[in-house]
Amino acid sequence: MAQINTSSNSSDSVGTKFLALISRVFIAVVIPLIAFAVIYAGFIFLRDSNAPKWLIALVAIVWGVGGVGLLFWVFNGIVERLPDKWTQRLQPFVFAGPAIAILIWYLALPTARTFWLSLLDRNGTEFIGIQNYVAIFTERLMREAFRNNLMWIIFGSTFSVAAGLLIAVLADRSKWERVSKSLIFLPMAISFVGAGVIWNFMYESRPIDVPQIGLLNAIVVAFGGSPKAWFAWTDIIPWNNLFLIVIVIWLQTGYSMVLFSAALKGIPNELLEAARVDGATEIRIFFGIMIPYIRGTLITVWTTVVIFTLKIFDVVWVMTGGQFGTEVIATQFYRQSFVARNSGFGSAIAIILLIAVIPVMIYNLRQFREQEAF
Amino acid sequence: MGASSQRRLNMLIVNFALLFIVLLWTIPTLGIFVSSFRTRGDIQASGWWTVLPHKAWETTATLSPTDLGLDPNGVMNVEGVTGTFEELRQGVQSGDTRVIWIGNKRLGRIEVQKQKWAVNWEFTLENYQQVLSGKAIQFTNADGTVETIPGDNMVGAFLNSLAVAIPATIIPILIAAFAAYAFAWMRFPGRRILFIMVVALLVVPLQIALVPILRDYNTLQLNGTFLGMWLAHTGFGLALATYLLYNYISTLPRETLESAFIDGASHFTIFMRLILPLSVPALASFAIFQFLWVWNDYLIALIFLGGNPETKVITMRLADIVGSRGNDWHLLTAGAFITMILPLIVFFSLQRYFVRGLMAGSVKG
Repeated sequence: MAQINTSSNSSDSVGTKFLALISRVFIAVVIPLIAFAVIYAGFIFLRDSNAPKWLIALVAIVWGVGGVGLLFWVFNGIVERLPDKWTQRLQPFVFAGPAIAILIWYLALPTARTFWLSLLDRNGTEFIGIQNYVAIFTERLMREAFRNNLMWIIFGSTFSVAAGLLIAVLADRSKWERVSKSLIFLPMAISFVGAGVIWNFMYESRPIDVPQIGLLNAIVVAFGGSPKAWFAWTDIIPWNNLFLIVIVIWLQTGYSMVLFSAALKGIPNELLEAARVDGATEIRIFFGIMIPYIRGTLITVWTTVVIFTLKIFDVVWVMTGGQFGTEVIATQFYRQSFVARNSGFGSAIAIILLIAVIPVMIYNLRQFREQEAF
Repeated sequence: MGASSQRRLNMLIVNFALLFIVLLWTIPTLGIFVSSFRTRGDIQASGWWTVLPHKAWETTATLSPTDLGLDPNGVMNVEGVTGTFEELRQGVQSGDTRVIWIGNKRLGRIEVQKQKWAVNWEFTLENYQQVLSGKAIQFTNADGTVETIPGDNMVGAFLNSLAVAIPATIIPILIAAFAAYAFAWMRFPGRRILFIMVVALLVVPLQIALVPILRDYNTLQLNGTFLGMWLAHTGFGLALATYLLYNYISTLPRETLESAFIDGASHFTIFMRLILPLSVPALASFAIFQFLWVWNDYLIALIFLGGNPETKVITMRLADIVGSRGNDWHLLTAGAFITMILPLIVFFSLQRYFVRGLMAGSVKG
């Protein structure tokens, strides 16, 4: 009954107007109450229930997704029932408000809070100025982490960008383009923990007198060498880091390949044909035409991979836990913040990571300002 | 003629190089895939590549040293091979025959072996059963001892991952789509500065937020809950989602929306009936990203779910096995493959959208 009245808004008699008002109030109050009750019931169920695992998972999914939808619907309903002027004023905040609130809670405020924590001692109680930052640049493990991260950035980004570009160029000329690109792209769907297992198995090392089950050592032994511990090979520190970096190159090359592949397809064919008619070699075409043409993509990909390797964590944590001289900034951050419980030191490391990406942030903002459309 | 054969040669080189790289990229995954179906004993005894045809020694005759009247303390001559006991213990080869002494001097036997083509094709599903179930499993070793190995309950972890990943994919998309619509089609005070905030937050490393948010979660008792995980993944994915969806939604044709307004539709109706259906490609490409990202995430789960074994997600469970039983390759390979199966399905069925998302993409913090 209530629905019928609200949907017909062109009624003249006082009676129907009154009825409409009553039903409006009714809807504006009762429906939100029901919605909140449903959401609360779901919350209690998930907190206290001993139901089978699959049922809990199912309820969680329905509750989580449905709950958010319901909240939007209810708040929009309330705002739309206000006078038109207020609807117009408030509706944008119903739409954009949750996103802004979450971004402020999860990213904007924590930046300030982490900065403040980085000036405090390990328990976050006493102000100690820049001592944490001094420690960062003097402590042995942190120096090791900076060195390793530099290796990650240099080798990781160079090789995955170069390999991606090479594969994109090769695949562009092959009739096996689709299949080969899919297969090289595939590792992007694999988690770092999974990739850790995959590569641990590749690197598996056995004593020399039993059969090797790791492919790499099997090859080494077949050629008469002795099995190596690869990433745990402490004699060659810091170069053992390369065996971890290989994993990320393996994961990330697909990304740069896809972007380069698309960029290469954008080069006008006439340009390439003209160069070939003039007798330019493929190598000259590559450096003289292709590279300049895809410069923008090259920069984007490079930046992305650099930022990515800057924050590298999972691979190192799962493979070595930072042992054998493989500590990186993000593992140090984790160790200090959550293992050693030194929130001041950990926060200072996080701030260093933030400072490292600020140039990219400024670049993004500049790009955005140039788009006059906003 | 010369040019065309030159071209064919070039083609061949290109295809060969490509094949080489593809093999290089595929072999690591293939290794664990094959191994996950091999028996525990086989994995420990031989490389996974022995499922391919290879030459292996096969015993053709077993002889008794006493019957042959050999003196183990001197140089012996068996089947055209000579050697001392120590040499025969290692195996002595002559032509395509190898003679090997098995066992000790007094009771040992001599085997005559020839190299034959062989494949190790003893496959099993037991690894998967063991790693998936929560029940303990009795395992009989080659030497007859019985070990009890606790199950890894990956089914539970898989369900937890679903319960984390599905809402943590849909919630940020819904919230970001509403926000993107507001930024694109509504006028409100602070619109520009708020969007600049979104752009600035695109590359902020999430490490910056972990310590303060963990404190908040301790206060709000959100630690170890699905809700906490959804909110965290929403928070860390939202800037990119809003940015990408804004780029898409703001380019939708203005006339379509205006005619809907003239028909008296509200913003909410337009959003639900018009914008969402029109934005499916953009929504899908971000959804795939976010889903893979959440499913494969380890760091956020480690921090916000760490204390609660009930809600452990699949990456944490796998990392646990790596930590506690790093040499049980029959479990690790099966476990790794279980974590990969869903992302791989999503990836292969929706690759088109995934690539499109990459192209539109930016850098996630």
